[in-house]
Amino acid sequence: MNYNFQFNVVWRNFDVLLEGAWLTLQLGVFAFTAGCLIGLVGAAIRSYGPAPLRWLVNIYVIFITNTPALIQIYFLYFALPEFGIRWSNEACVLIGLTLNAGAYLTMILRAGFLSVRQAEMEAGETMGMSLPQRIRYIVVPHIAKSIYPALANFFIVILVMGTSVGALIGVDELTGQAINLSTVNYRWLEYFTVAALMYVVLTFIASIGLALLGRWAFRVKARIF
Amino acid sequence: MERILSQMPEFFSAKNLVLLAQSAGLTLSMTLMGCLIGFGLALVLVYLRTTPGLWALPLRVTCIAYVEVFRRIPFLVVIYLVLFFIQTIATDVSLFTIAVISICIYAIAYTADIIRGGIDSVPYTQIEAAQAMNLSRLQTMYLCVLPQAWPVIVPPAIAFAVSFIKDTALVSQIGVFELTFRGKELNNQGYSGALVFGTIALCYFAMSFPLSMLGQHLEKRLATPRGKRNPR
Amino acid sequence: MPHLAVNGIHAKYGSLDVLHGISFDVDRGEVVSLVGPSGSGKSTVLRTLVGLTPVTGGGIEVDGTSIDYRSSRSVRAARDRMAIVFQQYNLFQNMSVLGNVTLAPRRVKGRKRQEVEAEAMDLLDLVGMAHKAHAYPDELSGGQQQRVAIARALALRPEILLLDEVTSALDPELVNEVLDAVRRLAAEGMTMLLVSHEMAFVREVSSKVVFMDQGKVIEAAPPAKIFDAPDSERARDFFGKVLRG
Repeated sequence: MNYNFQFNVVWRNFDVLLEGAWLTLQLGVFAFTAGCLIGLVGAAIRSYGPAPLRWLVNIYVIFITNTPALIQIYFLYFALPEFGIRWSNEACVLIGLTLNAGAYLTMILRAGFLSVRQAEMEAGETMGMSLPQRIRYIVVPHIAKSIYPALANFFIVILVMGTSVGALIGVDELTGQAINLSTVNYRWLEYFTVAALMYVVLTFIASIGLALLGRWAFRVKARIF
Repeated sequence: MERILSQMPEFFSAKNLVLLAQSAGLTLSMTLMGCLIGFGLALVLVYLRTTPGLWALPLRVTCIAYVEVFRRIPFLVVIYLVLFFIQTIATDVSLFTIAVISICIYAIAYTADIIRGGIDSVPYTQIEAAQAMNLSRLQTMYLCVLPQAWPVIVPPAIAFAVSFIKDTALVSQIGVFELTFRGKELNNQGYSGALVFGTIALCYFAMSFPLSMLGQHLEKRLATPRGKRNPR
Repeated sequence: MPHLAVNGIHAKYGSLDVLHGISFDVDRGEVVSLVGPSGSGKSTVLRTLVGLTPVTGGGIEVDGTSIDYRSSRSVRAARDRMAIVFQQYNLFQNMSVLGNVTLAPRRVKGRKRQEVEAEAMDLLDLVGMAHKAHAYPDELSGGQQQRVAIARALALRPEILLLDEVTSALDPELVNEVLDAVRRLAAEGMTMLLVSHEMAFVREVSSKVVFMDQGKVIEAAPPAKIFDAPDSERARDFFGKVLRG
């Protein structure tokens, strides 16, 4: 192979990549947090809600989890303007990722709900707690512990697989910046090698942070490696 | 809305439907090829990872590092790396091949973990029994361990492959004529985005949903002990 | 020359010493039993013989040939001559009874299928399991599985058979069917080394009993001597408890 790797040019533009990584982290955290809220509501409805609402949530989950996130984002980006709704590319990625994460998190959180024992809920009811109160004081602490590892794992998936999709509609997160810089001076291999390493470092930091958080808040041993 | 309705007859013309079917076929075939080859290579990787002895330490470390690193890199970045790496060493490689290699690299990292879990589920005493009978390490693996590990390995491996059908949408970026690329092309031809991407989404759904149902069915079936499955 | 000579072997599990210089001999056609409290290292002796637990000192000779457990070729040769039957049978769950018995002769020795299967059926007949040749392990009782495991070990045509607490995992009513199979082998003159808690059985079949405690051989003698008038305090203590209980 007669290829001369030239990383100098990458280091000169490293700050641009760092900006991208920062945006990646922001997108990931936002989509995950908002997705968790959707997932919590969705899982609560699937577990305790009335039939028509349950069906709606089921359709949402089945449809989202069986179609690509990229197509969902393309739909927001290319199709919604036809109905007079115009969002910026960042907004499309954020909303698309959030809706996508919401469906997967509904499934994950629902599994956690199933682990809550009926007897505990009844105990809460006899103590005069309302449904929202029972969810707040019984369900949430319980599932936090049982599904924390799955949640931590999903955060990494969103951070890596999810946010990079944004590059395809011109959002300048890490992958997007790597594409932008490469098209200027054609050092594709160098930029993408460095970007790949940055993803590895970023997710390792996230994994370690989540494992420590889990140990501190819920006393669970999340898998770092 | 009127635009969508008026475009419908033209959009669902025989020509476009054939194109869509071809693209869906391409999506499926590259997923299947990538995942199958990836699964095979993951088996090799996991086997190498169990090599005993100090001399094999670098080998073991490499295997572990591979899985850890590639699970943390976006598929899109892997696609670009494969594309440009292959273009610097060879000029005559089709985009389809590049897509399959990318899928393969990713599938190795994910299925290796699944396979390792399956192998770990087989009691170690089975391996000792085989060793005491002088079966080689390789024979022990394919005659005794893997056959018992399949029920643990196959369902999540299928689930991975099915969910990867969706992720292959990203290879549209390097110009493989799969579903998503076809969608962008039709959109560029002036068809309504809602019509095009709605249809494309339904195409993915039509592939992903039945296959994931099949996978779940298989999981339940494999979870039944053999004695109860076919009474003799 | 003894058929099997164990000369001062040492072994460790991790950093824990489990065998501290174990020595005893087994003559050709002889049945020797290892007895002692649990954790005394009896099973470890059998495991070291077939190279499942590494030997850290001392030596083992089979027919005067010493075995080097650092050389995989030498270990293979040892496994060729000695076959082990495990407490938990360890039948391969994915294979039929016949598949289990014919596996090693076909795959390791490379013998012809028809010949091996005919021989396997004879061996299954010997342990009274021929009628279940096509059943799978999970369809058999523990006693039946253990008898298949004995047939599987015999199919390797070993010179020496090692039996590791072969009745410990069985329900009491299933113990005798397995012991019968072992009695038959003893009567045929197979050299056997067994670890067992069935003291009546040990007394009946063994020509020598090796009493072990805490990784050491305390006393080795014919059963009548060691059961009724052991020399050592510890053996007296142990047999006093197990024979009364």
